[in-house]
Parts: sequence; structure tokens; C-alpha cells
Amino acid sequence: MTALNEPRDRLEVGNAAEMPFRRVLADFFGSTLAVGGLGALSGIVFIALVAPWISPQNPYDLARLDLLDGRLPPGSGSSDGAIIYWLGTDDQGRDMLSAIFYGLRTSLVVGGLSAGFALIIGAVLGLIAAYIGGRSEMLIMRLVDLQLSLPAILVALILLALLGHGVAKIILALVVVQWAYFARTVRGSALVERRKEYIDAARCLALSDARIMLHHLLPNCLPPLIVVLTVQVAHAITLEATLSFLGIGLPITEPSLGLLIANGFEYMISGKYWISLFPGLALLAAIMSINLVGDRLRDVLNPRLQR
Amino acid sequence: MTVFILRRLMQSAVVLVLMSVLVFLGVFAIGNPVDILISPQADQAEITRATAALGLDKPLWQQYFVFLANALGGNLGNSFVFNEPSLWLIAQRLPATLELAFSALLIAVVLGLPLGLYAGLKPDTTLARLIGAGSILGFSLPTFWVGIMLIMVFAVELGWLPSTGRGATVHVLGVGLSFLTWDGLKHLLLPAVNLSLSRMALVIRLGASGTREVVHMDYVKFAQAKGLRPSRIIRVHVLRNILIPIVTVLGLETGAVIAFSMVTETIFAWPGIGRLIISSITVLDRPVIVASLMMTVLLVVLINLLVDMLYSVLDPRVRHGEAPG
Repeated sequence: MTALNEPRDRLEVGNAAEMPFRRVLADFFGSTLAVGGLGALSGIVFIALVAPWISPQNPYDLARLDLLDGRLPPGSGSSDGAIIYWLGTDDQGRDMLSAIFYGLRTSLVVGGLSAGFALIIGAVLGLIAAYIGGRSEMLIMRLVDLQLSLPAILVALILLALLGHGVAKIILALVVVQWAYFARTVRGSALVERRKEYIDAARCLALSDARIMLHHLLPNCLPPLIVVLTVQVAHAITLEATLSFLGIGLPITEPSLGLLIANGFEYMISGKYWISLFPGLALLAAIMSINLVGDRLRDVLNPRLQR
Repeated sequence: MTVFILRRLMQSAVVLVLMSVLVFLGVFAIGNPVDILISPQADQAEITRATAALGLDKPLWQQYFVFLANALGGNLGNSFVFNEPSLWLIAQRLPATLELAFSALLIAVVLGLPLGLYAGLKPDTTLARLIGAGSILGFSLPTFWVGIMLIMVFAVELGWLPSTGRGATVHVLGVGLSFLTWDGLKHLLLPAVNLSLSRMALVIRLGASGTREVVHMDYVKFAQAKGLRPSRIIRVHVLRNILIPIVTVLGLETGAVIAFSMVTETIFAWPGIGRLIISSITVLDRPVIVASLMMTVLLVVLINLLVDMLYSVLDPRVRHGEAPG
């Protein structure tokens, strides 16, 4: 208990503007599991960023692939002796390690972008619903209810069946199924914040509604929003992998972890486990590390647990 | 009560109409069905005739109403691939999907509840921590990946259980059921466990947190003071009270189970609606895509409606405390 209270005591005597951030940081680093998750996540993001420079092979340059190297077990050398396939190869002689690096890149971009866009749309609609109220609130919240009443995977599948393949389309589909979570969260906290005095003060200064919503309301609704964001990024990555696995997400030309797992699935029955297993472990590592960070953030940012 | 049910019915109808518009626009308006149905050598006159015959020269809203009228009459077109009415294809596969979904829910409750109860009663034991960690894993692991691992371990490496199909079925009132034969049961086990895992994680979490709250309640202390046997306290006083949120959430999750059975059915080659959806998308069998997606949405909406009505019967707070708007 004292360890938890210590940073707070400092907060009360320190500079109020920068202290909450530092306290959150200090709280966050109090958990070994969360720090481990953050470390793993940073490593994964770093690998995804520098994938073209650290991969032994460009897995999607078909001219570089050698069919003779197809379905080699982990640790085999290539037929020309140039590289060693530490994680084996798939049916087209693609180095699994390189394919996983590139796949992480796609998965993180799709997950991050779709959750990011959904956050922007959801936050704006949630703020409008809470601050303006009336008919717009009713309309927005009806839409939210409608969206949440149908399972996300079903809606995403319907959209992709209609729109077809592609990165932009899957991001669009994921934004459609995710915005409602953000809108509901923002509206919930904005309804509480709206009644506070600083909003009255801002209104008395005759600031525009847009300015009050974005500069005064939004910053105070951020903590729960950040938690929902981490959960939704992990959710988006899982959903994209699932849809790609089912063959209706990303096209075969886009390296994605779900597609790699699907490719290996047919070879698993014959004991060639590595084509599916390793991309699956990479996907798992990404999702678990994001969830660990998100779990800790939820605890740290929850005002009820601080007291 | 009546008002509540009427309102829910209205909402469900709105969802269905919106979905039908979406599916109609997507499948019938984007891309021209004439191109698929007529040979590429056809001249302009033939194309015009085919377009008129299919009613595609009419305004879009008229086409939509024709589609809607046909759909309400139970005519959702014939499958390009099977050359059978799509509704018949769906009707044949519905029992398999429902059997899988309800087996998964059953497993989630039967295994999840005792585990959650234990984790809540003895939160400081190693086993309880393991259960907690397992439930977090159950949330995070993608369903399709768990399915693949189950096949790899139990079907490929150990060879204990079959990994594809439904096995032998018994026909009860014209409906094929797997769980009544030993062979069918063996086929059902892996897919059902796969589909149940994330729901089981949910039951464990709700059960554990509910139990931790309930054991400190006065009525539990009173029951202990009365000298009741622990098993009776748990069964009557703890279990009944933690069941309310679990039943609520499971009811809401039934739709998600139906939706996720698409994934499990594809992995385990389970002959249900989900597998039909995925395969019809892959081969672009448009009438079946439309029909199976619409029927799945209808199924989910109906289940949600049913669950809502059940609550209004079971829990008076829902019917009276319904917030306006």
C-alpha cells in the first residue's frame, strides 16, 4: 500500500501539470509482468519497423524464392548454401523467419491504423452525443447499440464479402466494427466531465462548441480511451488474422500472419508443423504483449483503484 | 411488458432491414450479375434482353423491393454451385451449427463454473492463480489458432480424436444429430471445445469475481453461522447468486458463438452454415452468400430477442427500469 501511495504524495507538492503523467509511468513500471509485456511489444514493433533490413530474404519477391527449398524443416540450409532457414520454409520455399517479420509488419499496421481511425471517429461521435445531446445523441447511441448487438466478426465478414480483398478494405471493415466501443466509452466519461465547473467556465468564455469538446472535454476523457485503444488494437489484429485465415481478409500478395498460418494448415496433417506453428506464436506474442500492457494501463489509469 | 417486447421487435426489424439493404447493395448492385450469367460473346441486344429479364433495368429501389418480396416469400435464389435453393442448403446445415454452438456453451458452463467457483473461493492458492492465468489466455488466444493446435496435438500427434466432419449421425424427427452416437461424439468434442474456450474464460472470470463478492455477503455469513454444510452454502447461497450475471452474459454471447462457429467449422470441416458461408464466398456463389449471411444475421437477431424477452420475464427490473431512448 505504501509503495502505491508514495508517488501520489509527491504529486500533491509537485508541478501539477506534469505530475499525473509521471505518476502513471511510475505506477506502470511497478509491475514486472507489464514491463515484460512492454519490452516484448517494443521488440515486436522494432522488428516490424526494420523487417526489410533484418530479414534474410525478401519473402514476397517471387524471383528470389527457390521451389527446391520448399517445406524444409527448421535449421536447414538453402540449396545454394547462401542462407540457413532457422524456422524452416513453406511450400514455395519461402523463409518462414522473413515471412513472419513481414507478416508482423502488416498485422501491426492493419491493427494500429484501424483502431486509430475507429478511435477518431468514435471519439468525435461520442463527444457530440454527450455534449450536444438531443436528437444527435439518440441517433448516435442507437447506431452504437445496433453495432454492438451484432458480433464483430459477422459484420466484418459481411463487409469483406461485399467489398472484396485488400488492406484498405479490411481496415475499413475493422473501423466499422470498432468505432462503437470508442463512442460508448467517450460518451460515458464525457457525460460525467460535462457537468464539471471547468466546462461551465469555458462556456462563459464563449468558446466554440468544437473547441470545448476537443480542447477541454476530450483530454479529460483520455484515460479510459487509451485502455480501450490497447484492447481494440489487439482485437483488430486477432480479427484480421482470423479473416485472413478464412481467406477473406488480405490477398495472397500481402504478407499477413493469418494467411501464413492458413498456408501451413494443410501441411500440418503430414507433420510439417513449422509452417503454421511459428507464425502462430508470433501472432500470440504480439496479442499477449499488447494485452499485458493494456491490463496494467487499465489498473493504473482507473481512478477508483488509486484511492 | 408488451411495450418492451414491441420495442425490441421494432429494433430487430430495423437491424434486419438495414442488413438486407447492405447485402442487397453489395451483392446485387456492385458488379453486374448479367456478366456472369451470359456468355462473353453476346451482342448488345442479348445483353439488353437478359437485363430486362432479370429486372435489372428497373430503378434500384424497385429492384430492392422485388428482392425483399422474394426473400420474404422464402425465395433467396438457387445456388450456382449446387443448383438447389439456397434456403434448402441452409436448412440442411442448420442442425449441425446449432448442435456445435450449444455443445460449446454447455462445455463452457459445465467446466467454467466449477473452475471459477474454486478460483473465487480460494483466490490465494496456486491452482486459483493458474485458473486465472488460463482464463486470460483463453481471452487472448485467437479461436482459429487454438483449433489448429488442438488438431495438431489430439488428431495428428496423439491420434486420439478425428479432426474433420461430423461422424455418424442419428436422425431424430428428420434432424441429424451427432451427440447420440459414440463416433459422432468423438467428432464433436474437438470443435466444441475449440468454440467453447473463450466463452469458458468469460464464465471463469465472472464466476471468480462474483464468488469473491458473494462470500462476504451477510447471508453467506449467516448461513455459516447457522452451521450449514459448506457444500450446501456453495450450492444454494453462493451459486444461485453468481449465476445471474453469468446467464446474462452467456445469453448475449450466444450470437457471438454462432458467428464464431464460422471459424471453427472451417477448421474442423464441420458441415454447418459457417462453413457454407466461407466456401460460398470463396467460389463467389452469390445467392448462397446472400442467403446464408442473411440467415445468420436473422438467427443472431432472433437469439438476442429471445434472450431479452426471457430477462423481462425473469428479472422485473429489466421490464420496469428500461431507460427511455
